[in-house]
Amino acid sequence: MRPAAATQARPGAAWAVPGLVFFALFALVPMVGVVYLSLTSWDGLSSPQFTGLNNWSRFLGDGQMWQDTLVTGVLLVGNILVQAPISILLGVWSAGKQRNRAVLSAVFFLPLLLSTAATAVMWRQLLDPNFGIPAKLSGLIGSTDLLGSQSGAVACLVLVTSWQFIPFHTLLYQGAARTVPETLYQAAAIDGAGRVRQFFSITLPQLRNTVVTSTIFMVVGGLTAFDIVLLLTDGGPGTDTSILPFAMYQTAFRTYDYGYASVIASFLLLLATGASFVMVKLSGYDKMTSSLEGM
Amino acid sequence: MRSRPNYLAGIAAFAWLLIIGTPLYALVNSAFMSQSGYSDRGPLSLPSGITFENFATVVDSGFLRYLWNTILVAAATVAIVLLLAVPISYAVVRGTSWLTRGVFRLFLLGLAIPAQAVIIPLFLIINRLGFYDSLWGVILPTAAFSLPVSVLVISGGMREISVELYEAMTLDGARPGRILWDLVIPLSRSSIASASVFAALQAWNGFLFPLIMTQSDSNKLVTLGLYNFVSEYGANIPALLAAVLMSALPILLVYLFARRALVAGLMGAGGK
Repeated sequence: MRPAAATQARPGAAWAVPGLVFFALFALVPMVGVVYLSLTSWDGLSSPQFTGLNNWSRFLGDGQMWQDTLVTGVLLVGNILVQAPISILLGVWSAGKQRNRAVLSAVFFLPLLLSTAATAVMWRQLLDPNFGIPAKLSGLIGSTDLLGSQSGAVACLVLVTSWQFIPFHTLLYQGAARTVPETLYQAAAIDGAGRVRQFFSITLPQLRNTVVTSTIFMVVGGLTAFDIVLLLTDGGPGTDTSILPFAMYQTAFRTYDYGYASVIASFLLLLATGASFVMVKLSGYDKMTSSLEGM
Repeated sequence: MRSRPNYLAGIAAFAWLLIIGTPLYALVNSAFMSQSGYSDRGPLSLPSGITFENFATVVDSGFLRYLWNTILVAAATVAIVLLLAVPISYAVVRGTSWLTRGVFRLFLLGLAIPAQAVIIPLFLIINRLGFYDSLWGVILPTAAFSLPVSVLVISGGMREISVELYEAMTLDGARPGRILWDLVIPLSRSSIASASVFAALQAWNGFLFPLIMTQSDSNKLVTLGLYNFVSEYGANIPALLAAVLMSALPILLVYLFARRALVAGLMGAGGK
């Protein structure tokens, strides 16, 4: 009697079907579609012509694409190197219950209220060489045209992205830091461990899972950072900051070369799934399924 | 013992306050300046001669309509996401078939699909379904791409519910639907709230889907409105910055009145 009732009370796979169909239609089917389109030549008007691996060999021989991949990588790494340490420190700091910390945290959160488009439009004006902040500081810095060189434009992209997203990652770390048991710190203090020592041997290891989640967000975010490039640098100067998602948009929707754009898109897909697969495996995130199962 | 003030951290926090605060001050300050005032004094000057004409320019350009469209899209996205993600998560956490275990892995992998990468076929699908240049053309893909995070967050919350509670309800003869409604949803409220906040912000932030899937002015969202505003009023920097400020207004109101819920929601989006 009991086992029958128990199985009856568990949801069948049917419960997941509507969501699965929806997700398949708008995310999985297009994933297959983009790989197929990468094997065709297509201008969007006539029907796609199958051309085999032509686009792919063109991609491998395309110097601009190598440069775009490199810039994408530099931005990704730069963003992680700037954002991760600052968000961890800020997160741990703001996890403290002091009143002044709570007030400051409320201010630190503010950039999150602006969309990426709004952030980019704002910074574009503030970085303007003639009317923006650099113009007022021209005595302190050499050139006021920060977006005018490749290294300057890349640095600006990292800084603006960090400015916008550090609050979000700080929040993740703040939440995680609050769940670290206070007794661990008390024990460490009795052993005579100082503040720095406590941070490295208690706080940081306890935040491990959050580091993984936050890094996945940064990687996927970095591989889709298209709006910020379009609005802040428009890929410039020249094509110096034309990162892969931006190059894909240009190829597809400005020069209507959908076949070649699909190669870039497939490559992005490969990078993103590869990176998150590695991170999920390293962290053991996927084993979460079994924690309460079968009881 | 640990309450000795940390001066070094205090100084660093103050430096960070400057980094966050300076651009925001420049934004608000400039949005209330006249055009000539801005070119004379620059964004960082002390406020003087406040004017509202920039906001009038922004409103005249049809910005309120874009704001309203964005609110509609965000609300519809959240509704669809919850309608789909809650049953999926329930099946993932409580289901016993091999299928439901595969579903979890699928969404874990789905987390990594960049929307950019599939935009070309997606554009075709939306066209075929007849949703091109409608708000639905934005809502449907936005909801689909918010599903993975939502499923991870909500199923994380549902896993915390103790087995005894399920058993008690099962002994009372409750069926899966009833258990979901009476037990699972009330007890995973906070993770459901997290998923909603996350999905709403995704919709709020969305740029690519509106750019590709809509065309006419009546279906424009606020992010795209900003983009167009740049090309139309590029020279009028104070008006541009007023538009930036206005684009954040609804969410600023949410922040002022429900800061705790918003912060807790976003915090939960990182999972446990």
